[in-house]
Amino acid sequence: MAEGDAVRVRGLRKRYGDVVALDGLDLDIRAGEVFGLLGPNGAGKSTTVEILQGHRSRDSGEVSVLGADPAAPDRRWKARVGIVWQDESAVTEMTVGETVRHFARYYPRPRDPAEVIALVGLEAKARSRVKELSGGQRRRLDVALGVIGGPRLLLLDEPTTGFDPVARRQFWELIRTLAAEGTTIILTTHYLEEAEALADRLAVIAAGRVVAEGPPGSLAGRAEARATVHWAGPDGVERSEETGTPTATVTSLARRFDGEIPGLRVTRPTLEDVYLRLIGQEDPR
Amino acid sequence: MTAADAAPPAAQPEPDGADGAGTAGGTGSDRERLPGAWQLGLLRGAMEIRLFFRQREQVVFTFAFPIVFLFLFASIFSDTMKNTGTTASQYYVTSMIASGIMSTSFQSLGISIAIERDEKVLRRLRGTPMPPAAYFLGKIWLVLVTGVLETAVLLAFGTTVYGVDLPSTAGRWLTFGWVFVLGITGCALLGIAISSVPRSGRSATSVVVLPFLVLQFISGVYILIDTIPNWMLTVGSFFPLKWLCQGLRSVFLPQAAAALEPAGAWESGRTALVLGAWCLGGLLLCLLTFRWKNRGDA
Repeated sequence: MAEGDAVRVRGLRKRYGDVVALDGLDLDIRAGEVFGLLGPNGAGKSTTVEILQGHRSRDSGEVSVLGADPAAPDRRWKARVGIVWQDESAVTEMTVGETVRHFARYYPRPRDPAEVIALVGLEAKARSRVKELSGGQRRRLDVALGVIGGPRLLLLDEPTTGFDPVARRQFWELIRTLAAEGTTIILTTHYLEEAEALADRLAVIAAGRVVAEGPPGSLAGRAEARATVHWAGPDGVERSEETGTPTATVTSLARRFDGEIPGLRVTRPTLEDVYLRLIGQEDPR
Repeated sequence: MTAADAAPPAAQPEPDGADGAGTAGGTGSDRERLPGAWQLGLLRGAMEIRLFFRQREQVVFTFAFPIVFLFLFASIFSDTMKNTGTTASQYYVTSMIASGIMSTSFQSLGISIAIERDEKVLRRLRGTPMPPAAYFLGKIWLVLVTGVLETAVLLAFGTTVYGVDLPSTAGRWLTFGWVFVLGITGCALLGIAISSVPRSGRSATSVVVLPFLVLQFISGVYILIDTIPNWMLTVGSFFPLKWLCQGLRSVFLPQAAAALEPAGAWESGRTALVLGAWCLGGLLLCLLTFRWKNRGDA
């Protein structure tokens, strides 16, 4: 498995006029991992991704993507970085197959176009014109064009916005397949369950900085957070107790009920609870 | 990847050095040759041409427009012009060929590139290892093919309906050749340059068509060259269309028709000079002003 950093960012700053978009952002993304960027609208997610892509300038800070500065990308670097933009493009008279085969020609070592079309589940549409595709199908074509060059790093900006639940699940499978092949994947998303399902690690961005970073299960002390034990009392009314030692609470309840505890549930803060707390306390100005 | 990748990279890029370091321990596959600009230019040209002919409305509009105008002008003004040995209809055949060349180059590139920029087609291409030159080469192939077709269609119409003669000497064919090449190149470069002016794809048509229309009036396309006020013609002579028209008249009209020209002669040397200058100046303008993104997306 690959080692080392795919992305290293230190003290990244960017402002648009009077608006500070990035305010000293740091990131380390390891080669081969799926990394999720979370954050409210305007927090700086897209600006970060665009700077990593080499499509936006920065005011200051160090950025290294696959060992090079994306502000001065050369063709070999571009051949190793796949991009899926937030807003789809390429609504044309070309067919899906023509588009994918055409883009394959730009790269020194492209993947097999037919295989990529199958990977994104567009075999049945290979002969359709791009303008005839649905929104979700176009998005999958975008992903196909992002991976056709066989990138080491794939950058996806809100790839599943506007997907129905079935399309989203299919998309997750696609990301997992690419990750299993060893591609480093960075994705921004608004969907916390998506981040939880896909990402090995997450960073929450608020007001232009990383406010928390880690695996989804233990982000911001989520794993160590106090648990809540819920059960039903003899009168049928739900009781609950917040505790740092849920096992002890359950054991004592089991003794009290002499067996099964009616309506037993043990909950910890969801990713959403943690996320809302994180962005709430970082309310910009 | 290797430890080389894990080492903190320098803040400043070393385009080739960093590249080598990044792949030192890899498969070595990245050392493979990237496809060349010329080859990709041909590929893009073939695709642009295929796409052009798939948009039937665009094809009909592009080719029918100058023919309709030729028919209108050549039918309304058909008198023999005094002491020139030619008819107004024949004058308009050459004018409409010039206008057709400018429309397939200047107008179509000015509008289509602005739309491609707006629809983020250019941004997507920038994200691939495609060299920028391949994009422009592809556009040049498209312009050459459509320009030649447009000219052929108008010439066919002009020779059969209005009695224009094809060039009779090798010298005139040669003049036709360089006037066409210099004219279409200069206009294409101007079209690429003006595509950066409109703020969005929607406004592109108006931004491009207005100056084209004005040029057609002051360069002797719609109005006979000896009827246009001198000061207007002076303004027109700063732009390529006036010289493109003049060059084509020198190819297709009898020598006596040179009397129509303000200088009383075809001025071939000056035509070559101005068109050539526009090719160079247009190239410079494109290199200095071309944008891959809309303003505000930077």
